[in-house]
Amino acid sequence: SLGAARSSPSLRLGQWCMSEGDPPMESRADIISTVEFNYSGDLLATGDKGGRVVIFQREQENKSRPHSRGEYNVYSTFQSHEPEFDYLKSLEIEEKINKIRWLPQQNAAHFLLSTNDKTIKLWKISERDKRAEGYNLKDEDGRLRDPFRITALRVPILKPMDLMVEASPRRIFANAHTYHINSISVNSDHETYLSADDLRINLWHLEITDRSFNIVDIKPANMEELTEVITAAEFHPHHCNVFVYSSSKGTIRLCDMRSSALCDRHSKFFEEPEDPSSRSFFSEIISSISDVKFSHSGRYMMTRDYLSVKVWDLNMENRPVETYQVHEYLRSKLCSLYENDCIFDKFECCWNGSDSAIMTGSYNNFFRMFDRNTRRDITLEASRESSKPRAILKPRKVCTGGKRKKDEISVDSLDFNKKILHTAWHPMENIIAVAATNNLYIFQDKIN
Amino acid sequence: GPKRQREQAPRSKVGVGKDTQEKETVIPERAEEAKLKAKYPNLGQKPGGSDFLMKRLQKGVFISPPFSWRLGRQKYFDSGDYNMAKAKMKNKQLPSAGPDKNLVTGDHIPTPQDLPQRKSSLVTSKLAG
Repeated sequence: SLGAARSSPSLRLGQWCMSEGDPPMESRADIISTVEFNYSGDLLATGDKGGRVVIFQREQENKSRPHSRGEYNVYSTFQSHEPEFDYLKSLEIEEKINKIRWLPQQNAAHFLLSTNDKTIKLWKISERDKRAEGYNLKDEDGRLRDPFRITALRVPILKPMDLMVEASPRRIFANAHTYHINSISVNSDHETYLSADDLRINLWHLEITDRSFNIVDIKPANMEELTEVITAAEFHPHHCNVFVYSSSKGTIRLCDMRSSALCDRHSKFFEEPEDPSSRSFFSEIISSISDVKFSHSGRYMMTRDYLSVKVWDLNMENRPVETYQVHEYLRSKLCSLYENDCIFDKFECCWNGSDSAIMTGSYNNFFRMFDRNTRRDITLEASRESSKPRAILKPRKVCTGGKRKKDEISVDSLDFNKKILHTAWHPMENIIAVAATNNLYIFQDKIN
Repeated sequence: GPKRQREQAPRSKVGVGKDTQEKETVIPERAEEAKLKAKYPNLGQKPGGSDFLMKRLQKGVFISPPFSWRLGRQKYFDSGDYNMAKAKMKNKQLPSAGPDKNLVTGDHIPTPQDLPQRKSSLVTSKLAG
């Protein structure tokens, strides 16, 4: 274990545990499809396959239990999207929440965007802890009073009530995407956001739902000429005119909206040269980027492809500055992973608050963390068996061949149904949320 | 998931006494490709070709037209299906609607006569928006 002092900036990879009150929260029905902390980290939103959003809130630290940090408890639950049917194409539109993105907080209420394949919704989550009593025009039980019977007026009084958290849809951004939405990203101007589908990216204003600007369109005139699709897109954290989008061919394009209204021509083009001698049938599939995330600093971006995570310096287009192997042992299993479709799994990745570490998921409920400074990495498991409250997670190891050591797991024993596609890192602290199918795990680093 | 039968994990490092020229063990991806091609000889050359991507664009549960109007919400009269069925069955006896008009089977192409009175939409199509 690294055993660094509390104030050390480097990540203590070996010391993660679940805090006392945070057993994995099981979503009764559905597989979690997205996880996202808000800007302060006090709220954690999850979306699931059934179209529901569940928001957790971090409790204030309890002075009587100084060693237990704030726990996350359910704050609000609502049905964001319902299944729909596209009669024209005879296709069912899934209610599954693909992405949730929080808006920066501007007043007492919280706002988030949630999207399924076709429709983005802006939700307002607000608290009510006071109730007015003593209305003139209605009784205490809500029945209207006959105005002619009222002989005296009174001023209603605000009385405290049990906290009620209400979620209401404030905007519905629909009918702008022919293909399936894979990304949404709020701009640093806090007024606009982008939504990306397989072939197009649209720019919206948060106040305007009946119009959006198309800023990227890679649909060829003849669909026979289609060679790649958009897989993810994100706005730069500081420069409101800059965004990036990744492709199924492993490339990333950075676009500047100042250069033209339609950003079909990129300002920068990021691609790692391929070694022609290692090209195979699988090369393009495993190079497809499933997620792209800017660092908090805005200087770097990270991409996730099937087997690795790459960190790119925005100033260098011809290759990444760092490459981390997530599960290289799968390279010799590509045939079966292609047959069972796992090769198309879309893993996400995330930065920690200081950009010193990155995290991504794998199979068998494993997830991986990489410390960019020390170059150390760790594999941990999100499962009930290995996660007792306050017990430190034990590092896991996959045996790639030869003799299997005790506590190692062989590649053939990995459960490919247990995939961790979605993880999130608290923006400031070492708290992580890991979605394992329909269970949500929250881990905190252990303070000695 | 479907577990493959146990097979020997390919050695990425060359073992003692083995021929060091075995290219297949050095490039596991190629070995996997050979395995796949052996199983599916008709596999297209380019996985990134447009057929492959087109399938990806169309992901979603596709409900074929003859069944889409049986989803329980409303019945639609599909003139295309009706005319094709009429042409096909010119020489055969058309399956009659039968005593139970509510019973709809895959063979029965609805005629304008046996569709129920159209009610107003319960669900407004977003396309009409």
